[in-house]
Amino acid sequence: MAGILLAGFGGQGILFAGKQLIVAGMKNGKEVSWLPSYGPEMRGGTCNCSVNIDDEPIGSPLVTTPDILLAMNKPSYDKFVSKVAAGGTVVYDSSLVTPDEIRADIKSCGVPATKLANENGFPKLANCIMLGKLMKETGLFDGDYFRESLRAASPKAKPELGEMNAKAFAIGYEYED
Amino acid sequence: MIVFEKPHALTDVPFHYCPGCTHGIVHRLVAEVIDELGVEGTTVGVAPVGCSVFAYNYFNCDMIEAAHGRAPAVATGVKRSNPDLTVFTYQGDGDLAAIGTAETVHVGARGENITIIFINNAIYGMTGGQMAPTTLLGQVTTTSPYGRDQKLQGNPIRVCEMMATLDGTAYAERVAVDTVQNVRKAKAAIKKAFTLQQEKKGLSIVEVLSTCPTNWGLSPEKALEWLRENMMPHYPLGVYKDITKEEQN
Amino acid sequence: MSEKLLMKGNEALAEAAIRAGCKLFFGYPITPQTELAEYMAKQLPKRDGMCLQAESEVSAINMIYGAAATGSRCITSTSSPGVSLMSEGISYIIGSDLPCVLVNVQRGGPGLGGIQPAQSDYNQAIRGLGHGDQHVIVLAPNSVQEMASLTGEAFDLADIYRMPCMILADGALGQMMEPVDFGAHTPREIPAKTWATNGHKNARKHNVVNSLYIAPEELEQTVLDRFERYAEIEEKEVKYDTYLTEDADIVVVAYGITARIAKTAVRMAREQGIKAGLFRPITLWPFPSGELKALSATASAFLSVEMNMGQMLGDVKLAIDCAKPVSHFGRTGGMIPTPDEILVHIKKAVGGDN
Repeated sequence: MAGILLAGFGGQGILFAGKQLIVAGMKNGKEVSWLPSYGPEMRGGTCNCSVNIDDEPIGSPLVTTPDILLAMNKPSYDKFVSKVAAGGTVVYDSSLVTPDEIRADIKSCGVPATKLANENGFPKLANCIMLGKLMKETGLFDGDYFRESLRAASPKAKPELGEMNAKAFAIGYEYED
Repeated sequence: MIVFEKPHALTDVPFHYCPGCTHGIVHRLVAEVIDELGVEGTTVGVAPVGCSVFAYNYFNCDMIEAAHGRAPAVATGVKRSNPDLTVFTYQGDGDLAAIGTAETVHVGARGENITIIFINNAIYGMTGGQMAPTTLLGQVTTTSPYGRDQKLQGNPIRVCEMMATLDGTAYAERVAVDTVQNVRKAKAAIKKAFTLQQEKKGLSIVEVLSTCPTNWGLSPEKALEWLRENMMPHYPLGVYKDITKEEQN
Repeated sequence: MSEKLLMKGNEALAEAAIRAGCKLFFGYPITPQTELAEYMAKQLPKRDGMCLQAESEVSAINMIYGAAATGSRCITSTSSPGVSLMSEGISYIIGSDLPCVLVNVQRGGPGLGGIQPAQSDYNQAIRGLGHGDQHVIVLAPNSVQEMASLTGEAFDLADIYRMPCMILADGALGQMMEPVDFGAHTPREIPAKTWATNGHKNARKHNVVNSLYIAPEELEQTVLDRFERYAEIEEKEVKYDTYLTEDADIVVVAYGITARIAKTAVRMAREQGIKAGLFRPITLWPFPSGELKALSATASAFLSVEMNMGQMLGDVKLAIDCAKPVSHFGRTGGMIPTPDEILVHIKKAVGGDN
């Protein structure tokens, strides 16, 4: 169904965003895998994770030619956009990424996630805004279904976090250029 | 009338030690303490590589033979899985203060509730008289044939003094078994060490200055003299740490 | 059916160990297995257990030796350089016939190497985990699910045969997250540990745990006895998995994470009309030689795929008595092969294009 690569700076919630995709996938009866980059590069540098969601058992957990790329900074966009499979989709944070070139054979979608997150008072939830845009553009999961899944991801003691996640997701989902 | 009885904690297997070697005395003292505390059935001993590697043949409690230097780690594994057991290691100077220094220091740092019986005879006995970490400056061994040279081979390590600096060490005493009086003191130290372990006070270590007549090239009598004249000045007998005294103060 | 949980491989393995009754973890931090130790440190104290960070891998394996000697289930985990440090202790554990579970979440080598996934400790695990005549049972999981279910099995095998059992994983399996069901392993019957040095309680003769035998005749006999047990394991405990091998012209042989990548390549080959199949050893020792040999009657070629320079290649050739050509494809140093790369080598092996 889809190999997804999520990439950005450490601290942007890349791994969390990836995990939410496989949580939704598993609940939906799909085969899923999640593989983070690890080691020194995790500490303050770039960060990425490979997500597979499929009807068949997952082969390689490493996504080398993503169907979907979620890029939350310029270095990640530059590094991975050429790897996206033809006909695939790139969703990027347009407040941090100004593409040097746009590939004609893939769908390119920018959303100023960081700017929107700051404006709405939840500067750490740019990742959820990105997920909203990703879901809108790819239809990977139904928007309402994924939003509820994201809402349920917060610890039981802190339901307000889930509310904010869902709100951020909706902002991304509804964003129009 | 019974004048001499073997402690129950010792088996009937005859010791393999050289004439005049003090391992036999120390084995007996440990066994007597085990008997007196009535803990043979709940004691596990760990004897690593060295002259005392066959200690598992001599003690009647459960015994584990360990790799060179690793007895404190093995004892840690035993004790952590069975905290109510009494666990002791029986280590030589090369084992404890060279290849197993890290293991030894860290049971002290952790305050592991085990007892180390440390045999310091300033030489490697099993392999035939090589330099030990406790070999004295100037002492001739097969690997310091011109005498231990500080510039070349460094300095002898004082183990009790070092272990006493560690917060987890409850008890550290250096004893000798060269006279009847010292043998009595040694036994009292071993008993205290075992008792503190049972009270879960932390690591207890008893260093026993010992002779190696064979590799020192001396008669058993001369060896005892050599120990008194040469080892005792560098390794003074005494209590280096006693947590019970500190608690009283 | 029990509920599936999403967990990292390292965490799933740790959880499975605790569920298998393991109360003791000794280890030393090293990437990429550290989550395993962290999980143990968090969970074991809450679940009647104990996790201790040792001063080195050398100490950790000797703590395992002591804990295993008392008959307790215990586990240590490390990554490649750490296994080298544990080698001495592993040999003592083998020589003393003690059960325990060892985990190697492999990274690239030699030396400090890298921290990305590798399978380059195959030879070390199969042939040289410690000095002396010896084997350990080596299990190669290929998913987070198997990281869990093979761990339960590893404890049982170790106890039944009184020897260490190693889980040979890699950084990808350790770090990746997948659904896992902890009900997948059915515990086996375990013999009483009458040999344990846990205090004789004045009820039996003293037990001795030892690997020293000065008389060569005596030492030889202990080794011969151990090898009789090894023969029994080779007969009874071989595990493997196959995919489309019945009619395969080309059989890809791969284990662990590589096997699932190879499976994708096999599927791609089939789509292109190439009759490819996959043979996946799950026990690397004992190696499923007989089962592989049977395939040499029908297949025309074998391709061994690993994340190393061909360490299993010889075992595949031996298994089939070199009856058919065997080639190797591998990436190393932390590189993970892609299905496309493997497909290229499948085509080469069947003498097709490319």
